[in-house]
Amino acid sequence: MTDFYAATRKGLFGLAFDRSHALCVTSTHFLGEPVTQVMCDPRDGAIYAALRLGHFGPKLHRSDDGGKSFAEIAAPAFPKSEDEKAPGVDTLWALAAGGKDAPGRLYCGTIPAGFFVSDDRGASWRHLAALDRVPGREKWFGGGYDHPGIHSLVVDQKDSAHVLIGVSCGGVWETHDGGQSWALRTNGLFASYMPPEQADDGATQDPHAIAACAADPGHLWMQHHNGMFHSGDGAKTWRHLKDVPVSDFGFLVLAHPRDPKTAWFVPAVSDEKRYAVDGALCVTKTVDGAQHFSVKRAGLPQAHAYDLFYRHGGAVDATGTRLVIGSTTGGIFSSADGGETWRELPARLPPVYAMAYGGGR
Amino acid sequence: MARLHFASRLRHVAPPGTTHVSASTLREALDGVFAHHAALRSYVVDEQARLRKHVAIFVDGRRIDASELDIVIGADADIYVMQALSGG
Repeated sequence: MTDFYAATRKGLFGLAFDRSHALCVTSTHFLGEPVTQVMCDPRDGAIYAALRLGHFGPKLHRSDDGGKSFAEIAAPAFPKSEDEKAPGVDTLWALAAGGKDAPGRLYCGTIPAGFFVSDDRGASWRHLAALDRVPGREKWFGGGYDHPGIHSLVVDQKDSAHVLIGVSCGGVWETHDGGQSWALRTNGLFASYMPPEQADDGATQDPHAIAACAADPGHLWMQHHNGMFHSGDGAKTWRHLKDVPVSDFGFLVLAHPRDPKTAWFVPAVSDEKRYAVDGALCVTKTVDGAQHFSVKRAGLPQAHAYDLFYRHGGAVDATGTRLVIGSTTGGIFSSADGGETWRELPARLPPVYAMAYGGGR
Repeated sequence: MARLHFASRLRHVAPPGTTHVSASTLREALDGVFAHHAALRSYVVDEQARLRKHVAIFVDGRRIDASELDIVIGADADIYVMQALSGG
């Protein structure tokens, strides 16, 4: 049984809670290989693992037996072009499953920024080029990478053609037709890293991560390069969360799957200093729609901890009770009480790129 | 015929041992192998048919540049497809 997966610089790790609510490593896969993303499809139990082989490029694997074995399947790739500068996929950065209305539907976001769809569980992929032609596309730029990339895919589980994506750095975009057309959804965001007169330009916003309440997906949470934001209207407008404790810089945000007013963030010092404030790890949590945040430190190291949590480095179960976060220094921390208290996994994992809820299968 | 040798890391997608291909250019030689080992292609070149940045190819002992995939090769060329240390 696996409750969560951790995709790391050197392999994929299965994790499960034991009877004492302690997290344990229960399986290893792709040891030595960089695994950039992992996604468990709740519709059929398939597990998808995206690899970024140091020499041989991006690969995608799927397990149909609960993680006992993985087989390589097609990886998203840009169409062949005669243009010498035509993009090639570097990293499979985001994977998401469609809803029950579209069996087999998957979405993938890549670096360089490409939006891909599969309708056959990853046996084949189509690149949807409409996103490459949106207004302001030429302004996009890489944030921490050489090229802009798509990291967040919020799929409406009742309408799989309705998808919200986050691009670093290229804003937030929404499609209602499966990627044939797009609308910018950055109202309320601002970019302090741009010249003042361009701070409101939607096409250069850097939303580090976007998370939606699964039961009420109109409620969205964002960790942006310049702060934390909430939307209660399906990304039509974003509200800047001010006076938050510890720091409003970070990458990771988790939305409660059932309660639209609850979310968790993991703060870091700042853009220039990407580590835990004062070397003491904490998670900030709101349960009232961001009116207040409380700081959770119980069980987290409070001295000389310099962990940073990437934008995909955390996951929450289907009830909002169990959470796991994993850091770039290989720290894995779990909670079995909704993030109130935490335990450190007694293992030194490789740097964590991404985590996923495994469904306890 | 040209002789192609692939790094052991590629053994799950490449032909075992040495493969012999009739080709006049390096690209033809690689395509000749890809024709029978389709999964190998994406490991060596990207979707634009460009040599992957961290794949090293040696032809008769000389490392070729990514822009040289179309070079003419000898009838009995020795071709090694390996991991470049830059990617490690």
